[in-house]
Amino acid sequence: MDFFLSRYRNLTVLLIVIVAQLLLIAYQVKTSNNVPLMRVWAVTAVTPVETALELVRRYTWGFVVDYFVLLNVRGENEKLKSENGQIKMENHYLKAELGTADRARALSVFQAQSPSKSVAARVIGNGTGANSKVVFIDRGSTTGVESGMAVVTPDGIVGKVVDAYPTASLVMLITDPTFAAGVISQKNHVRGTLKGQGHSDTLVDYVQNEETVDGGEWFYTSGDDRIFPKGFPVGQVSAARNGKNFKEIYLNPSGLQSGSVEEVLVLLNGVHQQIPDGEIASPGYKILQPPSDSVPGAPQPTGQATALSTDADRLREQYKQVGTEQKHVFGEGIPGSKPPDFTKMQGIRGASPLPSLTPAAPPKANAPANGDAGATGKKAGSSEATAANSGSSGASADAAPPKPKPRPTAPILLTDPTDADPGSDVVPAPAPKTEKPAGSAKPATTPSTTAPSPAAPSPAAPKPPVARNQ
Amino acid sequence: MTEYTEHLLSEPRKDTERFRIIWLVTVPLVAILFQVYVPRFVSFLSYLELPLLITVHFALSSRGPIASVFYGMSIGLVQDSLSHQPIGMFGIVKTLVGYFAASVSMRFDVANPFVTFILSFFFYFFHQFFYWVLDRALLGEALSFDVQQTLIFGLLNAAVALPLFRILDKLKVTG
Repeated sequence: MDFFLSRYRNLTVLLIVIVAQLLLIAYQVKTSNNVPLMRVWAVTAVTPVETALELVRRYTWGFVVDYFVLLNVRGENEKLKSENGQIKMENHYLKAELGTADRARALSVFQAQSPSKSVAARVIGNGTGANSKVVFIDRGSTTGVESGMAVVTPDGIVGKVVDAYPTASLVMLITDPTFAAGVISQKNHVRGTLKGQGHSDTLVDYVQNEETVDGGEWFYTSGDDRIFPKGFPVGQVSAARNGKNFKEIYLNPSGLQSGSVEEVLVLLNGVHQQIPDGEIASPGYKILQPPSDSVPGAPQPTGQATALSTDADRLREQYKQVGTEQKHVFGEGIPGSKPPDFTKMQGIRGASPLPSLTPAAPPKANAPANGDAGATGKKAGSSEATAANSGSSGASADAAPPKPKPRPTAPILLTDPTDADPGSDVVPAPAPKTEKPAGSAKPATTPSTTAPSPAAPSPAAPKPPVARNQ
Repeated sequence: MTEYTEHLLSEPRKDTERFRIIWLVTVPLVAILFQVYVPRFVSFLSYLELPLLITVHFALSSRGPIASVFYGMSIGLVQDSLSHQPIGMFGIVKTLVGYFAASVSMRFDVANPFVTFILSFFFYFFHQFFYWVLDRALLGEALSFDVQQTLIFGLLNAAVALPLFRILDKLKVTG
């Protein structure tokens, strides 16, 4: 043993030192505890020097500028900047509250709640580490700063306190690669997790690709992390695109827009705020209002300005209108009761059938009046939809003002344009190939024009047609 | 083996120059203070890893692996104390740098500026790479390692090391 230690003394010492430090790291990682004494010593030794250097720099530089260049302008400027910061904070708060629909409630909330209690601090130095983005501020536990407190500026969040020492605190900036905070978008209320990248941009992670996030949209703190109060500005979307698993959303942090942060506020007692509804200052992006007729030719059955945007919405509105006309309240009928007669739906039955498909002679009076879809199986829906979409008939009928239509007495002939006999004089309306369901191809023996059979069972509720509007 | 390479690999000089205790303490503190304070105003200087260069210089000068191990460890631990990482990350890396630099100094003529430049560059790259490895292995953090940027910063640090080592040599006393 003695021979080994004397022969490999250097290596032995190296191994002992390395293993000791590995154990130290393992202890800290496993117990999530720091080694406070060592840190306190180091910080207490370094930060007073930093503070002194900062004071010397500020006052020497300030002396030169104040008395030889700008005299009182600098002091006045600092005072104005300070006031401007406070006004900005107050403005954010007031905007958020007054932006809500209930102004009285907002005022009462404003009166009841005071804004977040904070303490001003000055950045006195950076932390060590190649990739880390941490800074020291000149406020510590003696002034009430504790680990986990949010650090903000009037423009947005800056970071959070990770360690509080008596004379200083260590603040992890939001650009640090290990930083994370809960955020929510202003317009679409998309929730995500803000992550630092180690450089000026930050990433909003864990947002599904299906969510909508626009360029220039603002993100605010969501309050989910229990560190940052809800409603503080985080940044503006600089880029958003679909990623492999989640959306890749990059933000320009508004709190760090001015480069290096000099003065910050540590929130001693944060107050949640509302996410402002309206657009806030966004000089970089001018977004036009959405067009009123976003879908040309889309049916507007109620004739009023609606925010409907999908086929499903429009179809739902049509069904709702039919139910209203027939004094049917959706959701109240017992099972087995008579449902509304959807065959009177405007835009489907109301669409003018093609003249070439209309029989010349009126049929028998007891023939099925509504041309049950069940008579021809799946082909009915297909042809109806085709007829409704062929040319402008469906669109024009949908766009017309709603008026009660008489129940058709003649059977509506159902056909598939692709099944038309080339030799007959029935000319199917030109329809896009894509409009036809793939399963609707029929053998050539299927008659192209089919009159409904009286013996065919009439289903109580015909299959609802699918309106396609393009 | 040429005459020049023989010169580079010559046996170490048996000089008795050493640092005063005050400089052994003050110089690393100034280097750390520089690292945490100056980049606030001159962000370009954030690439400078002065504590590492001090460690390398001490190890190359002292040529004592054990002393260099403890010196590197001390500087690293102070750096760790000023970071938000667990204490010991910089400590381990600088411990290894101190040990290897002291070992290498016994084989090379470290007074040669070319050797100093190469060693400074190598140990900077080693320092950054090993820190990245520890960060991933021990803390599980998926940090990126930009090789090209690290190589460039290594060259810049090596360039700074040349005049810095000359200045530090002036602080040594004979005896």
